[in-house]
This record gives sequence, C-alpha cells and structure tokens, in this order.
Amino acid sequence: MDFTDSPEEAAFRTEARNWLNANAPAHELPRGVTLDDADEVARGTAWQRRLAEAGYAGILLPQALGGRGGTIMEAVVFGEEEARFNLPKGPYIIIGLSMALPVIAKHGTPEQIERFAAATLLGDLTWCQLFSEPAAGSDLAAVRTRAVKDGDDWVVNGQKVWSSWAHLSDWGILIARTDPSLPKHKGLSFFVVDMKTPGIDVRPIRQISGASDFNETFFTDVRIPDSCRIGAVGEGWACAMTVLTGERLNQGGSDNGEGIGGLIHYAARTPRGRGTALDSEAVRLSLAMAYAEEQAERHFQSRMRTMVSRGENPGAMAAVVKLAFASRYQKTAGLAMELREMAGIAHRPEEADTARIWYDYIWSTALRIAGGADEVLRNQISERVLGMPGDIRADKNVPFDQL
Amino acid sequence: MNFDLSDEQKMLAEQANGLLAERSPPDRLRQLIDAGAEWDEPLWRELAEMGFLGAAIPEQFGGVGMTRLDLAVISEELGRANAALPFFSSIVLAAEAIMLAGSEEQKARWLPALASGDTIATFAYAEGPGGWTADVLTAQVRDGVLDGQKGPVADAGIASLAIVLAHDGSGQPTLGLVSLDHPGVTRTKLASFDQLRAHYELRFDGVPFEPLAAAPADEVLAKLFDLAAVQAAFEAVGGADACLKMARDYAMDRQIFGRPLAGYQAIKHKLADIFVAIELARSSAFYAAWAATYGEEELPAAAAAARLSATGAFEQAARENIQVHGGIGYTFEANCHFYYRRERTLATAIGNREVWANRLIDSFLTQNANVAEVA
Ligand SMILES: Cc1cc2nc3c(=O)[nH]c(=O)nc-3n(C[C@H](O)[C@H](O)[C@H](O)COP(=O)(O)OP(=O)(O)OC[C@H]3O[C@@H](n4cnc5c(N)ncnc54)[C@H](O)[C@@H]3O)c2cc1C
Repeated sequence: MDFTDSPEEAAFRTEARNWLNANAPAHELPRGVTLDDADEVARGTAWQRRLAEAGYAGILLPQALGGRGGTIMEAVVFGEEEARFNLPKGPYIIIGLSMALPVIAKHGTPEQIERFAAATLLGDLTWCQLFSEPAAGSDLAAVRTRAVKDGDDWVVNGQKVWSSWAHLSDWGILIARTDPSLPKHKGLSFFVVDMKTPGIDVRPIRQISGASDFNETFFTDVRIPDSCRIGAVGEGWACAMTVLTGERLNQGGSDNGEGIGGLIHYAARTPRGRGTALDSEAVRLSLAMAYAEEQAERHFQSRMRTMVSRGENPGAMAAVVKLAFASRYQKTAGLAMELREMAGIAHRPEEADTARIWYDYIWSTALRIAGGADEVLRNQISERVLGMPGDIRADKNVPFDQL
Repeated sequence: MNFDLSDEQKMLAEQANGLLAERSPPDRLRQLIDAGAEWDEPLWRELAEMGFLGAAIPEQFGGVGMTRLDLAVISEELGRANAALPFFSSIVLAAEAIMLAGSEEQKARWLPALASGDTIATFAYAEGPGGWTADVLTAQVRDGVLDGQKGPVADAGIASLAIVLAHDGSGQPTLGLVSLDHPGVTRTKLASFDQLRAHYELRFDGVPFEPLAAAPADEVLAKLFDLAAVQAAFEAVGGADACLKMARDYAMDRQIFGRPLAGYQAIKHKLADIFVAIELARSSAFYAAWAATYGEEELPAAAAAARLSATGAFEQAARENIQVHGGIGYTFEANCHFYYRRERTLATAIGNREVWANRLIDSFLTQNANVAEVA
C-alpha cells in the first residue's frame, strides 16, 4: 500500500501545478458573486481553449482525436490540481467532454469525429444532453420523442425536459424513438443536433434554487440530417449507455466547500455559553460521524482509482461513490445550518458563507436525483455487485406501441 | 498511488480464511458455547504455528516481523469467522503494549511466549462505567504493589499475565505487568453478552506490579488504543462482511409470494446500503492500517475515523442480518446471533462511540492546529 506519487506521477504533478499556477488564476470565477449565465459560459469556453492549447484538454482522449492520450492517473492528478482553483467547469463544458466526445469517439464515423472532436476540445462547441422526458427519467428507455426518416433527414417531434444549459449550448446529444413497433430499448437511435435548428424551442424552468439553468426543450418538425445520426439505427440504447458510463465516472467525491473539517473549525470558534459549540458532546458526535464518513469516501475513491489505473473496470462500484456522496453532502449542509442556529436560516446580505451552505443544501437534492437516483443506484449495487435478482418489469419484451 | 493490499497480503488473508473456515465453522462455535469453553484452544495452537500470533512481533522476539497491516488482514479473517480466541486481548493489546513501552528485557521475556501462544495475556483498563482517566481510577500502585479492582477484563480466565492500568498515588497513570497466577489475585467470572468471549472482574490485594516504563503511560495508552482501533476496525469489517453474505445467501434461497426474497427492493436496498457502509469502512480501515504502519502523524484521526465507520457498518449488518432471516434468525441453530453478540463486544471494547468521536475531533484539531489559527 502506497499513497505517494510514483516518480512519473510526481513529475506530471509538478508540471501540471506549475502550468496551472501560471494560467489558472486569470480564469478563476469570483467567489460569492452570481454571474450572468452567458458570461459564465463564455468564461468556461475561454478556460477550455486555454487547456486545449496547452495540451491538457481531453487528457484521456487519444492523440488522434486531439487529446493527450494520457493515463488515468494523469487525468486524476490533473483533476486534483485543477480543483484547487475555482474554475468555470459547468455542465456546458462537462457534457461535451464526458458525454458527447466519448459517444462520438466510440460510435461515430471518422467524419463525425473530425467535425466535432477538436471543436469540442477547444471549447468552440458547447453541448447539452437531451435525454430525459416528462415520462422518461430513471426509466430512460421509455422516451417518446419520435424521429421519423424523411429522405436524407430525420424529422423529430416531442418534448425533452431538465435539459441543463440547453439555452446556451451550441449542440445537443439526443436520444429518440425511431421504431415504436420494437420493445422499448430496441427502437431507439442517437443523434447530435444543432440547437439553432428551426423547430427547437428551449424554455427555462424555474428551479428551487431560484436559478433557471435547466429547461424544457420542445421539438416541432425539427429536421436532423442523417449525417448527424451517431451509430446505427436502433443502436441508441448502446450509445446512451456509453454516455451514462462516462457520466458516472465523473461524479461524486468532492464538494466545493471546506467539507466537515471546515465545520469543525467553525464550531471550534463559535462561542456558546462560556466555551464554544465544540464543547457540546452532541455537536462533537455528529461532526465526528460526518467527518468519518467523508474521509471514508475519500479513501474509497483512492481504492477505485487504484482499480482503474490497473485497467480493472470498477463497474457498479462507481455507484457507491455517487450514492454515498450525495446523501452525505446533503447531511453536511443540513448540519452546517443547524450549527449556526437561527443564523443558519437568515443572514445579512454580505454573509457569503451562509449563502454557500444554502446553495449546497438545495443543490444536494438534485445530486440525489440526477445522474442515477439513489434508488436506482441501490438497485445497481444489489443486482450487479451482490448478484440479486432484477426488478420485475411489466414492459419487458413488449412492443413500445402496445404498452 | 496503490491503495490495495499486496499480493502477499491477499495470500495471507486466503490462508487465514481457509484455516478458520475449516477449523472454526459455526457448528464448532455452538459446540464451544455448549461446553462452556472460554476459547478454542486447538485453534489457538494452529494459529501460533502458522505464525499468525507473532505476525507483527519482530523476529528477534520470536515473531514473524511483518507489519501491522499484515496483522490487520488476520484480524479481518478472525472477525469473519467470529473466532473464539483471545487474539485481541493477548496480541492486539498486550503484546502491542509491551512492544510500545516495554524495556528490552521485558520484550525478550514476554514477546516470544506471546508469539508462540504459550502465554496468554490480557489488558485490564476498565473499572466499570465512568472512563479510565487517571482521576477516576481506583486501582493503585504503591511501592511496586498493586491493590484494587479492574473489570470487565476480557479473557482473564485463560490469561496468566495482565497489563494493568492503575494510578500511582500522585494522580499519574501507570501501566505494568501483573501475574494473574499470584495468590493476591481473585478472578470472578462475569455474565458475558458475547458467549464466545468471557469477561472477568479482577481483585488485586498486594500483587507485585512491574511497570512498563519506556514512555509516559497516558501516551502509551493513547497510541495503543489507536493501534487497537485499527485492528478492531478490520475485525468489524470482517464480521459485517460475513453478515452481509449470510443475509444475501438466505434471501436468494428464501421464496416468498412466489419469488426469491432477494428480488424485493426493501431487501435489495437494505443490503446495498450495508454493502456501501462496509466498503466505506474498509477503505478507512485500509488507510488507518497504512497510517499505523507508515504515517504516525495521521494515525490518531485515521484510527478514530476507521473505528467509527467500521463499528457503524457492523452494527447495521449484524442487526439487519437477523431481520432478513425472519424467525430462523432468532434461533441458536442459525448463525446470525454470534455476530449480533460479538458486534456489541467490539463496539464497546477500547471505548464506545462517544470516546472515539471525541478522539476524532481532538486529533483532527491537533493535526490541523495551524489551519484553526488562520481561520
Ligand atoms: C439539476 C438537474 C439537472 C439535470 N440535467 C439533465 C440534462 O441536462 N439532461 C437530461 O437529459 N436530464 C437531466 N436531468 C434529469 C435526470 O437525469 C432525471 O431527473 C433522472 O434521471 C431521474 O428521472 P426523473 O426525474 O424522471 O425521476 P423518476 O425516474 O421518476 O424518479 C422518481 C423517484 O423514483 C425513484 N425510482 C425510479 N426508478 C425506480 C425503481 N426502479 N425502483 C425504485 N425507485 C425508483 C427515483 O429514485 C426517485 O426517487 C437533470 C436533473 C436534475 C435534477
């Protein structure tokens, strides 16, 4: 067992750190300030371009696709070093890098790779994910949005929902039903779509956070050229799985705050009676339990990294990180509010700390739903790791149009 | 980074697992309980022969000279088998105490006998509820002689040697070696919740006390419990894993309303949560064992965190295992109860959740003292 960097890792870390120290500060987002969405995307693409120019965009992507062709450990090391800065890396960047690029690279044609890979790496193309629908979330294969072949085009009609940053994305990855006479997983195909195509109507949804960064996306007779189909007709589900695997590996692990350690320090300097809040046994116990859980996640991730760097597939183990992280994140923020007593639920405008905790407490609810809801992850762990039977599926092998 | 056991450690685990599965199956445990045995003596001899008892004892003192991480691998397997052995008392606590604080002469006198299993030792720190800080201890050493009472003390019925925590009359704690065969020692057997681990009350009337004097007793005690917490965490992870496997296997077999119990989400999700708790605890236990071997400074917080996570995982697994089994789980013939009882023993030995929560917070603050000043 060895926690120190290997000589190669250490050399790469030094290289990454030096480069980031010289380049990242100019791109950092101001803390405690809410930027206009368009401004944030512009900053995100500018940072992405800087990374690409220096050869740090797409570390895992083969060099033939414009990536670095690096190792998983390099990606991990770079990610750790990059996370020390408050950089603009929202869904508008991540969806392109960890969903669109992998699916295009794996299922796309050489022309499609040529057309999209470099532009995405350079930040010239931003992407949104057009998967979920009002009647298809965890049960993604239930999508109803229809794509019907018409000459060299597909004509798409339907409604997508929860499309993050679709209002500011250049392109979208889309899953639609091309053959309703087949059972639900089989009749799907995968497309990329230019968000400026006529017939696409993106309407913001007001979120519980107050922001509106996800949307309803309506498709009315939208024409998508067949050259924008990724993979074969009917291969949509396999493409979607490629996307979701990339998504899963990217999740979980670190919140942007100081974590439980920050809360312990907070309690230690918050007066209570003659001492501090940390003199209370109840406070100590809840902080200690939360801290133990947080550290355990960190160490679990180290184990997963070790597996990945040996070329082993962590499979459903990635679900463990996401499942544990989202709930712990929610618990931590809730605890942070309680520790502040009434000041945790009402603060002066300038108190950015409390505002950040509120953001965490609200955002944690989304993390428990998006990218594999808690219950779905528990199913995955019990079925794929523990080998327990799958749920009974009433719709299995039934043609979609007869459901 | 390489955050995994080495191939040699995995082999060691397999070896221990194989031996224990063969020699200490549940029927053997039932037999021992029915016979009122306090330990599995033949198994102890076999463990000694395999070098498991002396795994972390230096070669010059009759051990194998491996690391505490290797010892942890064995602890996990003992937890999985719920073995009836004084390993925690004699090896994890007593031998480690001598290694930490004994003189060269004391090490040479006792460690070979502990590694060979010929001598069994225990560690007497508790005096009932109320903690074991020097100000509450009543057992007292005067002019090299110990008087007072300790208890509960695990495995004191089969041990011939005890390391006793007492105070020295001036408010200072002291740790020393005491022969339990001395006529001034009275051993009274207690009713023990864990039917495979006996506990005693010990009375000392003018019994010779030989201090372990290489370091101040409070420092030794803190370090010793940190190291023991790491081993206890592995033992708990092993026990929890056994419970999860048992519950899963039972649920796969049991037919309810025309299909396997394992197909119901209430059961699937319960076991998934236990799996997560175990894997998180195992990860922290790995880290703590690494710190016990290589990272002195990180040890106190790492040990406490591993201890809390592992105790929680075992608690959850031991309870839900009986639940998943239904009525069968409530029988002596099923195997759930061994773990249900052992879990409480492990959860209270060397300090309960409150003790370790405090240890975690305090060591976090010490480790991050500079951060606190800046903030
Ligand atoms: C902030 C945010 C951003 C998002 N961004 C995007 C995006 O950019 N693009 C996109 O396509 N989608 C996006 N999503 C949608 C997200 O993928 C879905 O919300 C998610 O898949 C869950 O689907 P659902 O909302 O329909 O909930 P449902 O699937 O209806 O789930 C409701 C509840 O049922 C539970 N449940 C579901 N299935 C089972 C089962 N088999 N057994 C037991 N319980 C079950 C769930 O765990 C949950 O608790 C986003 C969501 C959020 C919250």
